[in-house]
Amino acid sequence: MSEPVIEFEAVDKWFGQLHVLRAIDLVVAAGEVVVVCGPSGSGKSTLIRCVNGLEAIQGGELRVLGESLTRPGVSMPALRTRVGMVFQSFNLFPHMTALENVMLAPVRVKGLGRAEAERAARALLERVRIPDKAEAYPANLSGGQQQRVAIARALAMQPRIMLFDEPTSALDPEMINEVLDVMTDLAREGMTMMVVSHEMGFARRVAHRVVFMDGGSIVEEAAPEAFFAAAKSDRAKEFLSKILTH
Amino acid sequence: MTYQFQWSVLWSGQSGSWLLQGVLTTLGISALAWVLAAALGILSGALRTVPWRSLRAAASFYVEFFRNVPLLVWMFFWYFGVPPLLPRPAQEWLFNHGAEFWAGTFALGVYHGARMSEVIRSGIQSIPRTQFEASVAMGLTTFQAYRLVIVPIALRLIVPPATNESLNLLKNSSVALTISVAELTFQTRQIETYTAKAIEALTAGTLIYLVLCVSIASVMGWVERRVRIPGLIARGG
Repeated sequence: MSEPVIEFEAVDKWFGQLHVLRAIDLVVAAGEVVVVCGPSGSGKSTLIRCVNGLEAIQGGELRVLGESLTRPGVSMPALRTRVGMVFQSFNLFPHMTALENVMLAPVRVKGLGRAEAERAARALLERVRIPDKAEAYPANLSGGQQQRVAIARALAMQPRIMLFDEPTSALDPEMINEVLDVMTDLAREGMTMMVVSHEMGFARRVAHRVVFMDGGSIVEEAAPEAFFAAAKSDRAKEFLSKILTH
Repeated sequence: MTYQFQWSVLWSGQSGSWLLQGVLTTLGISALAWVLAAALGILSGALRTVPWRSLRAAASFYVEFFRNVPLLVWMFFWYFGVPPLLPRPAQEWLFNHGAEFWAGTFALGVYHGARMSEVIRSGIQSIPRTQFEASVAMGLTTFQAYRLVIVPIALRLIVPPATNESLNLLKNSSVALTISVAELTFQTRQIETYTAKAIEALTAGTLIYLVLCVSIASVMGWVERRVRIPGLIARGG
């Protein structure tokens, strides 16, 4: 197994009185694609939001790319340049064109020259298959196009890890595949990915491992074939029966 | 007895140059105060939304303190209260360089900055939190996220109420006549005193304020159209 890049060790998280992550142990290796699924409120989004420090943890230890996030003085901005994130609601900046969205962090954080950043940004838009939308504002793009720009924007910092928080949940059905195709390409190129998703077809085809969560705990983790063919826990079986029967 | 209109008082004698001086002073004090108000407003409005309690508290204190004292009191405070607290050379410089003008500028700037602050805060608070998360998730610091994403979006959203505040600021510059800044209202009073033609003098002042304000409003309308965010409801003007 290649080097671990994300290591949860007995991680606990509370929102006030609510215990949202309970003693999470999980290791993700470089190049691995892990799909996290589970019912609403199971803590799966919170889990990946901990990886780039959008949520702080209250117990245990979390190391990302060898760096402990609980160590005092750890620089979140520095970590986040190496961990890209794609959100359910795209979150493109509405006052900037697609190209400007992709160029922002390379220019402002990495200090890249504008010409160089623009070349790289256009190449990324090409890679997510919308080079012709570079000058469009988010409002003039479809959901699928916006999400692909968001993926290009996250890739612009050349991250080692990509986090996807329900990237297709807000999309119309006919646009889901264009986003999943881009994610599949990324996975094939060896990107380490944690994906919160209910796209079980994607999990089956692309994931190395499926993690099933319920009530803030990891109930089950298995290779996709094993998970879909014979989930061990009753909760996972019940969950699968709900999402696979329609 | 009937009132004898005598409009020529407005261009005979010194009236014309008084009015011109008044307009220039009004524009000068308003422009400087506007820059101060915008800077203080953006800074304190943004600080009231940041994740650090002490910064929020400091910004809240500024807003509540400066917007809840009458502008007239601030005029007196900056003119009569502050200069004696300054070192001697600064006092002398000030009184040789129009202390009343600078006192008026500060009074207007800090008062309207506190009001502008609330306008900007409401703009920031109308932006979904996820925009901030998306900004920091790509490696921007909180400061960069505000400077490059949050504040630029907020400023685009608040052009109409900010126009309102700007017009109020210009009109409130007339309060500076109480500390003898020779702005437009001061000069119309002066014409009235010299000619005893109140209606003519005040009509001139009224029309000039109207022209100034309508001009500013139309420039802001143009700005609003230029910077509008695609996809949001847009009309007006």
